[in-house]
Amino acid sequence: MTLKTLLTGAALAVGLAAAPALAQDDKTRVGFIYVGPIGDGGWTYEHDQGRLAIEEHFGDAVETVYQESVPEGADAERAITQMALNGADLIFTTSFGFMDPTISVARKFPDVKFEHATGYKTAPNVSTYSARFYEGRAIQGHIAGKMTESNVVGYIASYPIPEVIRGINAAFIHARKANPDVQFKIIWAYTWFDPAKEADAANALIEQGADVILQHTDSTAPQAAAEKAGGVVTFGQASDMAEYKPFPRVSSIIDNWKPYYIARTQAVIDGTWESQQIWHGIDEGMVEIGEITDAVPAEVRDEALALKDAIAAGEYHPFTGPLKKQDGSDWLAEGETADDATLLGMNFYVEGLDGEIPQ
Amino acid sequence: MKIKLEKRPQPSRRWLYLSPILAVIVTMLAGGALFAALGKNPVEAIATIFWEPVFGEFAFYYRPQLLVKGAPLILIAIGLSLGFRAGVWNIGAEGQYIIGALTGAGVALALYPMEAWFIFPLMIVAGAAGGLAWGMIPALLKVRFGTNEILVSLMLVYVAEQLLAAMALGPMRNPEGMGFPGSRNLQEYPSAHNAELIAGSGMHWGVVAALIAVIFAYVLLGRHILGYHIRLTGQAPRAARFAGVSPKALTLFCLGTSGALAGMAGMFEVAGPTGQVSIDFNVGYGFTAIIVAFLGRLHPFGILLAGLLMALTYIGGEIAQSNLGLPAAAIQMFQGMLLFFLLAVDVLTNYRLRLVPRSEAAA
Repeated sequence: MTLKTLLTGAALAVGLAAAPALAQDDKTRVGFIYVGPIGDGGWTYEHDQGRLAIEEHFGDAVETVYQESVPEGADAERAITQMALNGADLIFTTSFGFMDPTISVARKFPDVKFEHATGYKTAPNVSTYSARFYEGRAIQGHIAGKMTESNVVGYIASYPIPEVIRGINAAFIHARKANPDVQFKIIWAYTWFDPAKEADAANALIEQGADVILQHTDSTAPQAAAEKAGGVVTFGQASDMAEYKPFPRVSSIIDNWKPYYIARTQAVIDGTWESQQIWHGIDEGMVEIGEITDAVPAEVRDEALALKDAIAAGEYHPFTGPLKKQDGSDWLAEGETADDATLLGMNFYVEGLDGEIPQ
Repeated sequence: MKIKLEKRPQPSRRWLYLSPILAVIVTMLAGGALFAALGKNPVEAIATIFWEPVFGEFAFYYRPQLLVKGAPLILIAIGLSLGFRAGVWNIGAEGQYIIGALTGAGVALALYPMEAWFIFPLMIVAGAAGGLAWGMIPALLKVRFGTNEILVSLMLVYVAEQLLAAMALGPMRNPEGMGFPGSRNLQEYPSAHNAELIAGSGMHWGVVAALIAVIFAYVLLGRHILGYHIRLTGQAPRAARFAGVSPKALTLFCLGTSGALAGMAGMFEVAGPTGQVSIDFNVGYGFTAIIVAFLGRLHPFGILLAGLLMALTYIGGEIAQSNLGLPAAAIQMFQGMLLFFLLAVDVLTNYRLRLVPRSEAAA
């Protein structure tokens, strides 16, 4: 490689950030990097609904692009770079594993804004956003505790990261409150989306006596497995999964990214975009509780809705003491609520849960 | 008239080289039809995949990426091709790739934050040794107990994946990662970072190693007695035994070498483009390399070209996804077609088509 081509390369690299913005007309380009296929019916599906909401809201003023099923790692870095090169003004990277690639690309494109979902690293042009899914988990846990007859609740977990552990704890605390005899059986699937593995996990849990299954994975395979087994309750995850209504799916947690995506796109258009860390819940509408079907007794439904209203109003925090950790040590005193820093780094089970978090 | 397949007395040398080219052309046609069925302009889609990364507006970024994506494929495929020629089927390169990454990264993480010149060379040795050891499991089992190396090496991929997850969550987890899985980022550890040799060129040590492996394999197969034994064993096992070739030694050599090369590829990847040990570290290079080996006719220079072509379909495919809105599954189908058509067209190497009159065909 000659010095001249090197210099040309360097000059191009410097010009990178400015050039695409000039090359485009005044349309704002918004890009999305998805970890799964848009047809997963769960996590990625809801992000794509958010993308479509942007298109509908802004019409011709905004153009959106996306790339689905992007592996976390080196390939993600290329996919994000490619979007930035092609003139994206705002890029949403919608999986935890895209964190380091997002930060790395953001360094090379200071004029492009980045939004990374569920991570913890920020930069002047990188925001993070996530939803307080644990608020929804608390409501699910209550319903699960009331609905189980075998007193065994199965839980399909994805990866042992704080977000997932938080969900297990929130669901368990409220299931125990509703039913002191309830036990949780947890299977770690080590995937966000793999219908075959998720179905295997659901079947294994059902064989172990679970008659309620909660999932932190994105496909509808557990719903299908429950339907086949009969008499097993499930909840929609990330998306409503309404095709399994009214049974086995009796309710759901719906991630609603639409208002946030529209607001952030508007901020880029207005030039008011700033780096921030957002963690919204039921109150702000980022977490929604899908219809609780008639398969749930009326009184349980009323209790669940009351719990939802209390959380939304800020009257009740799902992690309120007295709570102990699994090893019996004290965590929260009577009336004390968990602070966000502890929740964001949660790496322990609460008292009563069996088994260990994989290390 | 009827078309008849007639076995050639000798495999056609011409078709040996023509069939990959024909396979690429047929793949373009069938892929174009697939894209058209999806409502996209087939010419634009094919042009995006094959033209855009090399000559398009942002080629200055994509060309180096071809090396980054192609290097591990070539390095692994070179190792596999030695075995494939001798009839030793290592299907578990993905597992050897993972173990090489773990041992290589393990050295770096154990020595962190020490800065010294010998760390990176030590990581290369450790990566190769890790892959070699993982490849030796099916080799020794085959030599000692006559197990099937295809099954054993493949099953060990899943064992390696579990080990990877355990490492990312446990011993190798970043102590400053706030409880999240994944190791420290080696890109931020200068002594261990497999950085680009010239900024923006995509050339890292893994690319250099792949090129050396290509030349080394070429010399080995063409000039060395061991290469002769490999070829002879693949073509005529009985004759090879009479010529004094030990099939056991050859099995150990082939699985060991391919394991070591796959392990090195994993180490270069974890220390460079990927940067960290994470649960989803492996993205299928070990399996795609099997396609690359066959697409390259098990010939070192063929593999070099095939690896770059495969990298092109990956990168071009990503551009097509993002720019034209093609679904990811369509791109994967397109890549699958390539091997499918290659195997189909390969018939022409050993058979020729002849038009025969009906009466003769009946007789």
